[in-house]
Amino acid sequence: MSDIWTYLHFPFAQHALIAATLVALVSGLIAPFVAARDMAFAVHGSAELAFPTAVAGLLVFDDALTGALLGSVLVAVAIALLGQRRGEGNTAIGVILAFGLGLGVFLLSFYHGYASQATNILFGSIVAVTGRDLAVLATVAAVVSLLVLAIYRPLFFSSVDPEVAEARGVPVRALGLLFVLMLTVTVTEVAQVVGTLLVLSLAITPAAAARRWTAAPLLVTGLSVLFALVAADGGFLLSLAFVDSGVKASVFITFISFGLYLVARAAGAVRKV
Amino acid sequence: MSPAAVELRGASLRRGDRLLWHDLDLEIAAGEFVAILGPNGAGKSTLLKVLLGLLPLSSGTALVAGRTPRRGSADVGYVPQQKGFDTDLGARGRDLVTLGIDGHRFGPLRTPGRAQRVQRAIDAVGASAYAGRPIGRLSGGEQQRLRIAQALVGDPAVLLCDEPLLSLDLNHQRGVVELLDRRRREAGTAVLMVTHEINPVLPFVDRVVYLVDGRVAVGAPDEVLTSDRLSSLYGTRIDVLRMRDRIVVLGAETEPHHDHDHFHDQNTGEWHRDE
Repeated sequence: MSDIWTYLHFPFAQHALIAATLVALVSGLIAPFVAARDMAFAVHGSAELAFPTAVAGLLVFDDALTGALLGSVLVAVAIALLGQRRGEGNTAIGVILAFGLGLGVFLLSFYHGYASQATNILFGSIVAVTGRDLAVLATVAAVVSLLVLAIYRPLFFSSVDPEVAEARGVPVRALGLLFVLMLTVTVTEVAQVVGTLLVLSLAITPAAAARRWTAAPLLVTGLSVLFALVAADGGFLLSLAFVDSGVKASVFITFISFGLYLVARAAGAVRKV
Repeated sequence: MSPAAVELRGASLRRGDRLLWHDLDLEIAAGEFVAILGPNGAGKSTLLKVLLGLLPLSSGTALVAGRTPRRGSADVGYVPQQKGFDTDLGARGRDLVTLGIDGHRFGPLRTPGRAQRVQRAIDAVGASAYAGRPIGRLSGGEQQRLRIAQALVGDPAVLLCDEPLLSLDLNHQRGVVELLDRRRREAGTAVLMVTHEINPVLPFVDRVVYLVDGRVAVGAPDEVLTSDRLSSLYGTRIDVLRMRDRIVVLGAETEPHHDHDHFHDQNTGEWHRDE
């Protein structure tokens, strides 16, 4: 075990901890809506689609994050336009996903920079977060959080009870579009830390665990943010503690997240007995 | 005098090249209980959509509480067709009712007095015992009572219910109908209910609106639900049998289809699959 405290004096570790916190905050906020709208596959799809757009970013701007964030807007529009009818969404996402991954591999063959840049996209690279990345992450986190605050009630209404929400004058479709956009941007952000392959551990699992503890909507959101924070920050700190093992922070993050889910399930089962 | 709860004049509705119903004249007073009957595809739910302001009439006029139907109007409460909720949906019965007050409002501010109004609405439908439990883990009947509380919490002039008795057992059907009946007597709320189940509502409704193939019959249940009247409405032989206080309609398709994938061709008189 190494001394976490010593590492935390280095800027790379401070950046990483701030990044993990920002990412956990937004994904914890978004996750309950992802669960209520049954959009786990959309999360997975937009996460993997951050791969081709990140590679495109590497090629065009020499920066994966810029490419991925710009690309996430494209992905949101594609998901929303192709999957407008309920039940059609997953098929549309599957189609775009398949093409997008092919495109990513194709683009990668033109990239001759560091190979680790590409694997970082897939598995996350929390220790490579720069000051500029942090500024982008903080901006996205602030915008998404303010949006959630502004549209929380109507979005919740249209997520749990779309027909009545529509009749009550809630702009259900416009909110759905906006949410897909918030989702893809958030997922792209989370992908920076845990990688595109492990995004679900922050964008779904915390809400899945929270829903096992309570059905009160605000409490679900609060717990979801808390679980995401514990997983992201705790996972990073553990990776510092076991830095000699060479295991990536994203691995610890997914393990903690899943552990919290198991505890929630077990507690739920015990309460029922 | 206050305006009629619902007023339709020469109302027609066309969807695509199909005329659902035409020349519908209907005036429903405050506190009236009206059942909307008819086979699948006759445009019963569509009539509710018009009154909700979700669909425009093809011709004629519609007024709800004296005003043109408008999406989001506080004059209308709506209980949609029962779909059920995800078992683990992060919402309690109380939250569903609360959405009826300010679910459509943006911003983080709460409506003052919200909790008290929600509690009164929950008490009124007799759901206080389970309003705090997760909505997805309640029975169909319990969910339906909470949906009615949600629709009534804003004190609407008109309550529109789409198949509120579907998939409920006889006990719960009776409970829900009695609940609606009490509401319209005590608060003067006009109730329009689309239903396939004639018998549970028969002792309570003032009038029925029977839609078949674009034709409409409106009147007291005893006037409309007769062999002669329904035979001419359907254009084929229909027998209405009365056994004590129950009615059986023979020869007409009255069983509910949950998928709504059939419609009746008014030229050939045949049932078709609707893609």
